[in-house]
Order: sequence, then C-alpha cells, then structure tokens
Amino acid sequence: MKIMVAVKRVVDYAVKIRVKPDKTGVETQNVKMSMNPFCEIALEEALRIRESGLASEVVAVSVGPAQCVDTLRTGLAMGADRGIHVEFKDGLNPLSVAKVLRALVEAEKPGLLILGKQAIDDDCNQTGQMLAGLLKWPQGTFASKVTLDKEKQVATVDREVDGGIETVLLDLPAVITTDLRLNQPRYATLPNIMKAKSKVIKKYTPGDLNVEIKSDLEVLQVTEPPKRKAGVIVSSVDELIDKLQNEARVI
Amino acid sequence: MYLLKIYLQAPVDVPVLSDKFWYLTKDRTFALPCPFNNRGNYVISLSQLTRWMGVKAEELGVEIYPGFAAGEVLYDSNDNVVGVGTNDMGISKDGSKKETFQHGVELKGKLTLLAEGCRGSLSEKIISKYNLRGKVQAQHQTYALGIKEVWEIDESKHEPGAVLHTLGWPLDHKTYGGSFVYHMKDRQVSIGLVIALNYQNPYLNPYEEFQKFKHHPAIKSLLEGGTVIQYGARTLNEGGFQSIPYPVFPGGAIVGCSAGFLNVPKIKGTHTAMKSGMLAAEAAFSVLSEGSSMVVYYDFLRKSWIWEELKKARNYRPAFEFGLLPGLAISGLEHYIFKGRLPFTLKHGKPDHKATNVAKLHTPIEYPRADGILSFDVPTSLHRSNTNHEHDQPAHLQLRDPTIPELVNLPEYAGPESRYCPARVYEYVPDENGVLKLQINAQNCLHCKACDIKDPQQNIEWTVPEGGGGPGYSVM
Repeated sequence: MKIMVAVKRVVDYAVKIRVKPDKTGVETQNVKMSMNPFCEIALEEALRIRESGLASEVVAVSVGPAQCVDTLRTGLAMGADRGIHVEFKDGLNPLSVAKVLRALVEAEKPGLLILGKQAIDDDCNQTGQMLAGLLKWPQGTFASKVTLDKEKQVATVDREVDGGIETVLLDLPAVITTDLRLNQPRYATLPNIMKAKSKVIKKYTPGDLNVEIKSDLEVLQVTEPPKRKAGVIVSSVDELIDKLQNEARVI
Repeated sequence: MYLLKIYLQAPVDVPVLSDKFWYLTKDRTFALPCPFNNRGNYVISLSQLTRWMGVKAEELGVEIYPGFAAGEVLYDSNDNVVGVGTNDMGISKDGSKKETFQHGVELKGKLTLLAEGCRGSLSEKIISKYNLRGKVQAQHQTYALGIKEVWEIDESKHEPGAVLHTLGWPLDHKTYGGSFVYHMKDRQVSIGLVIALNYQNPYLNPYEEFQKFKHHPAIKSLLEGGTVIQYGARTLNEGGFQSIPYPVFPGGAIVGCSAGFLNVPKIKGTHTAMKSGMLAAEAAFSVLSEGSSMVVYYDFLRKSWIWEELKKARNYRPAFEFGLLPGLAISGLEHYIFKGRLPFTLKHGKPDHKATNVAKLHTPIEYPRADGILSFDVPTSLHRSNTNHEHDQPAHLQLRDPTIPELVNLPEYAGPESRYCPARVYEYVPDENGVLKLQINAQNCLHCKACDIKDPQQNIEWTVPEGGGGPGYSVM
C-alpha cells in the first residue's frame, strides 16, 4: 500500500511574527520557514506504518512556491521515499489544495492519506476534511492513535474531541489528519539528509493536474490582536460584581 | 565587496552616507571629530548576507548542514585532528535516551577549518591543547559584549546610510565601550551598545546599560514611534594584533573571529575574517592538490593586508587601560601622527575574568524600570530574538565545579553572571530552605559566550546545545 502525506511550508513555530505595515498579511521576508509541526507528525506516522510492514512506500507532497523543495527534502531526509512538488507562487487556500491533492490521488492511487490537522500559519483545519469530501473517502481527524488492519483493510482511529476520545473505524482508502499527541517526530539525521539529495522530487503545476487555483474569499485586512489591558485589583466583592455587571457586562 | 555586489547581486545595497561621532552626557551630546572614514562602506544585515552567501555556496557545490552541533574534535593516534563529531540528539534532561535518540556522527576530513566566531567552543580547546598562543608569544584574548536591537522607525526620522557612534554616557570613564546606530533600508535601524568585558564593577548589567542608553534625549527622539523587530547579543574580540594565536594545528586551521582579527579602532572584523577565510582556502587548496603544509596559511596571513592593518591598529585599545581620557588622547596621537609606527606595543591588562573586583568594593547599581516603549525587560527582548531550544535536554552550560557559584560567585562577586548574561540564563533563587541557589535557564541562551569569558573562576563552560537550538536572527 502507498501512503501519501501532504506537508506545508510555514513560518517556523519559534519565530516571533509580526504583521506587515500595509496590513495585507504576516511578514514572511527574512523569516525562518519550516515544515508545519502537524505535518511532521503526519509524516512520522506514515513512516512508522511503513516500518511495521503495512505499507510499501511513503510519498511526500507539497503545494507552494519553489522553496517548498526544502521542506520536501526535510521530509525525504526523515525517510519519505519520493517527493512531489506542485509549484504555485501565492494565493493558495484549503479548497484549492484539496483539489490538487485529489488530482494527485487519482494519479498515484495511495491507500491512505495522512495530513496534519491544521497549519500553524492559518489554523484553517479544513484541507483534510475537504479532501475526504471531494474523494468521498472516510475521514479520521484529530488522530491521537492510528491502528491499521491490512487484512480487513480498515483503520482504527482514536480522535481527540471536546468530550474526550472518540474511536472510529474507517474503511480504506481513507484520510487521516494528525493531532499533537499522535507521535514524536524523528530527527532527520545527517547521513539521511545526505542520502535525501539523490531522492526524486517530481514537479507539477496546477495546470498539469487540470486544477484552477482560485479563492472565493478575499483577505481584507490582517491586524495584531488588541494589546491586553493591565489587570485591575478590586477592593471588595461588591466592586467586583459592579465591574462584572457594568463594565464587562457579563452578568 | 564592490565587485561581489555588482556581479552577484548580494544584499549589500545601502552605502554609508554620513559618519557621526558623539560624546554623550546624561542629557547632552557633544560632536567629536570623527575618527572613522566609512565612505565606500555599506550598512548591511550580516544575517541576510550570510543567508545569501549560503545559497551561492550551495550552488557552487558546497554542502551545508545546519541544525547539527559539532560537539567534539576527533583525533587520530598521533594527536592530529581528523575531523569533528556531532552531538547525540534526543537526550533527556537527566541524560537518558529519549524515543527520538539519534547517535552523533563523525565527520572526517584531510583538513578541518574552524570558523566558530568569537570564543569558539572547539577553537578554545584546540588553542589550549596545542598551546597556539604560547607558540607565538601572543597575549590572552580580550573581549567585549555587544547587545543589539533592530528597530523599525518613523519614516521621517529614517536616513538610510547614516552611521553614528557614541562614547561616554551611560558608561563611566573606567569602562571601555560605546554605542552604534546604523540606518539600514526599509525604515530599519540597527542600534546597540558594546561594553568591554574587563569592566570592574560586578554590579554592572550591560543589558540594563543598553536600555538606559536608549533614553538619552538624542536617541529617544530617533526611536520614539518605532517598534523593535529583533534583539540579540554576542561577544566580540578586542585583543587585536597582540592576541592573534598561531592559527594552524596538525590537521587544520582556525579562521575568522575564532582566531581574532577584529580591528578595534575601526570597529570592524568581518572584512579581516572573510580575508582570513580566503587565505585559509588558498592554503588548503595547496595542501590538497600539492601536499604542502597548512603552515603556509600563517605565512599568507602575515603577508596580507590583515597583518598590516592590525599592526597599525594595535595600540588603541590597550591605551584605554589608563582610563577614557588618556585613552582618547593616545588614540588621537596614534590616529593623526604615529599611525602605528611607534616602536613599542602596548600590552593588554588583566584577562577579562580576572578584572572583576569583589562586590564589597562597589555599591549595587539601581537601574530604572523598563517603560515598555523604549526600554524592555529581558523576557520581552528574549522573545524578540526567536530563541528556541528543545526543552528536554541537558543544560549546555556546564559548571566545572558545581559548588563554585554558591561558594564564590555569590558571596564574593554578588553573582555577576545574573547581571552580565543578556538572556537571564543565570538566576539565584531561594530553595525550599530559603537559601539562594544558582538556577541555569539554558533554554534562554543567546549563544553570546559572555559567561564562558567573564566568569571569575572560569567555572562556566559553554558547550554546544542539541543541534538546531539557539537564537533565530534574520535581520540582525
């Protein structure tokens, strides 16, 4: 079985971001970029499934500008067998990415798709779900545990939901999106980084896949959240009730 | 740099347009005759330049592997250096192996060139092991700590190419140092304070001095209305000519600031560092292609303009051993009349770690509170440095003797590491019995090496943390 993992290049999680002066978005020039942490977890899970003998190949896919190749190389260094880069400069959105991935699924015919639950730059949490919808495949999102049964061709997924853990049984092929507690991604070792240089990354454009990248949404403005006001120490319970009632208007 | 820029489109595009030099008192500025001539130079971000150079190097076939820490030098049975070993990754705080454990790897080569910057952790070991300073009767290295912020200021106040250096306030006449304000492009201004680490008062807090400095009326007016984009700190060499070690060892050589080629009166070291790298490359080429000895690197250095330039600049910094005014006077004489031709070479004073007085000879300094607009507390600044280390790892700042902080540093020197560290790695906190104990917040570390240099008993050893950790400078 082939596993396809989608990975996104995002601003590194440790970077202090700031909004561009023209408020059109977040400053990404001269900013460190890395693989989305949830995508790392997705790739790690795929690698573990392959290492347990339940899959034959892990293919890493990234949609985005030319530098996505760096992200794919990291994925290859972690252990993915091949990479696919769908090059598109600017203006991606979850639905368009889902359509691109659907086209790749039709070409590659994987038995399992693993994605990160969301990207840390837009926090959309949509691509995996939309992709499952487009493919009409079952989905197990927010996965904190994944168990495959090759014979029965099913996947048991523990999902982290508001009420606790929900366990679902999915017929393969299926889409799984990963949550934080699923696994601890491995380091890409130096020898593997060196070996990854010779692994293949195939290039496509959205046009090659007959997908038109367009958005029905327009970003009007991006601003920083309002600065937190200093706390106020109240002198009595009455004062607290008064403030809650008349200033915060929550009671 | 000019040729490089024209032909290769390097991010070197803001030429210096003005050069100012001020002496500051608490409220006033006095313009002094400018000893610098920066015409023909450029104001750049070294982070951006090295990132660009990395891309060019990879295009030429150089393999660059960031995110791996060189933790040890590898030797053969004859004590020749044969390469470096990277650190193990995935080790827990208590020393045990985590699920993600990966063994370090050995990288071996015919030649190993060390370019770790000022106070390189492996370079210091090599210099000591092969007695590289003793070999040429060089003096010890002396250092300064630079603390810097990049601001985005009001368009109306921004002058790309403007260069300013100041002396005086907030530092006293016994403490060598000064500030710099360089206007880059995109409304960005690089501003910082550099303090020599041979300061005597253990209560001195270089970070707080820098925050104080920004409140000077002339500086305040420049920064008001602006925002800080990034923060960082790093030590630099001030030993100059007198401290250059023999830079060749069996199996390799030391280049750049790890050896120490910074020109102190010019306040520049990137040009000599780059040149030393080029000379080492030429020497290495002859070693690899003709089998000659790396010793020729030292000959190339001595015949190059690095040697001539540093020799000429050698008597400025040591002159300040006599104090600020005598130092300025001697510097004036050197600059206008003698130009390095005096037949003697002044010596450095005590090594920086020995220069600290005991606390009882001084009174604690009261620093003003941060106002959150011009000045900031350390955690706020640290957040702006994009510093990150994997949390569950052993502290990379190691104490040779774990009892010294509470036995010596705290009672004798009032815990100077809790004051000179620009990242608040070192804190004395009361334990469950109310007794003050040293707490090392290694995750905060900016990799500046100040502690390795300034600790009075040289008890703190800076070692490499797990690969990939450290500050995230992008416009510094």
